[in-house]
Amino acid sequence: MIPRLRPGVRIHRDRVRDRWVLLAPERVVEIDDQAHAILARVDGTATVEVIAAALADEYEADAAEITSDAAALLGDLNHKGYVAWLR
Amino acid sequence: MAALTAPIGLLAELTHRCPLACAYCSNPLDLVRQQAELDAPTWERIFREAAALGVLQVHLSGGEPASRRDLVEIVASARAADLYTNLITSGIGLTRERMVRLRAAGLEHVQLSIQDTEAASSDRIAGYAGSVRKHDVAKWTIELGLPLTLNAPLHRANADHAADFIAMALAMEAGRVELAHIQYYGWGLLNRAALMPTLAQIERTIDVVNEARSRLAGRLVIDFVLPDYYAEAPKPCMGGWGREVIVVTPEGSVLPCHAARTIPGLAFETVRARSLADIWTDGTAFEAFRGTDWMQAPCRGCANAERDWGGCRCQALALAGDAAATDPACALSPRHAAMRALAEAESAADPPEPQPRRFPQLVVD
Repeated sequence: MIPRLRPGVRIHRDRVRDRWVLLAPERVVEIDDQAHAILARVDGTATVEVIAAALADEYEADAAEITSDAAALLGDLNHKGYVAWLR
Repeated sequence: MAALTAPIGLLAELTHRCPLACAYCSNPLDLVRQQAELDAPTWERIFREAAALGVLQVHLSGGEPASRRDLVEIVASARAADLYTNLITSGIGLTRERMVRLRAAGLEHVQLSIQDTEAASSDRIAGYAGSVRKHDVAKWTIELGLPLTLNAPLHRANADHAADFIAMALAMEAGRVELAHIQYYGWGLLNRAALMPTLAQIERTIDVVNEARSRLAGRLVIDFVLPDYYAEAPKPCMGGWGREVIVVTPEGSVLPCHAARTIPGLAFETVRARSLADIWTDGTAFEAFRGTDWMQAPCRGCANAERDWGGCRCQALALAGDAAATDPACALSPRHAAMRALAEAESAADPPEPQPRRFPQLVVD
């Protein structure tokens, strides 16, 4: 499964409030650092497993756990209309 | 003392000019003429000030923003200020070539209004034969890879077409549809008796939305707005007065809400005299209803006071005669039953001819 941000959705650094947000049509959603780390690697070519493996490597964490967290986050964002699945 | 938050959204009313004449327009009755409009360099300064203040999204609205010949320049300056740029348009005045330029300038989202699902009815409601061109704009938006929202303002004449609007949004490949029962301020208040739907119509739209939301989750975002007259709890109007949204009118007045000028006794400042941040921070109109200190019973001390912020000040003024009263949309308001009775009576009667939105007529002796 390859995730991508839907058209009109982008990650933005909200400097005034010192946080990351997703900007989307008529929506602003705060994302925590973990969600940001995952979404920053969503490029429309990487699968969830590839994204999780890269994060596991970088943070020396358990790949299976991160895969499960990333799939849950992206599934939720898909349901809410921020993320699309390419296949 | 109310805690000061930074605004998230800027509603930029670029112009009050519009080829349409919808009888529910949210613009004030006293429309601003072209000669008084701010120029593009002033909007550029406003966008920079807004971003520094904490604004994340700019909603380029009107009137019809495409009536401005310098719209591409205005979009480019909003995007240069790193604001998310949303165009709220009827589609009239846009060509494919112009949309290519808007996209290149950094436009990020198009919200296109459609007045009804049948062309003849749509043109009648808008007072303008433009429904065919609107569909071209939807097609170009998708072809150019821009996200599209279909905005459907619902009222008595088209509320029964909610399911057709959803089908239209899918056919257009829109990512989002806004089924928004109109609210009754400005021209809508003037024409309320002609526009108010029946309770049965409201209930049918709720059923349509609930069914479509579960069927289309992940495919189409469906936003739904109830009219206050049939609500049991007030909406947090503008996210609370002076909390989330800042409005700049075509001639540069800075307002907490686009209808705020209906409230007597408030002094509105202009971007020509002070910075956006200064006006937001201590402008008297922003301080008037910010937070909860201004509230009367039953809002004062209510558990929902910081959730709905007392509802809409303009509606409290229009229906309770006092802008600091509880919004009659709230079941706790002593005026709540009268508000509902008004809606039921008006929606049951034959609709009068609505008065179309237009600029004040010049009186010649």
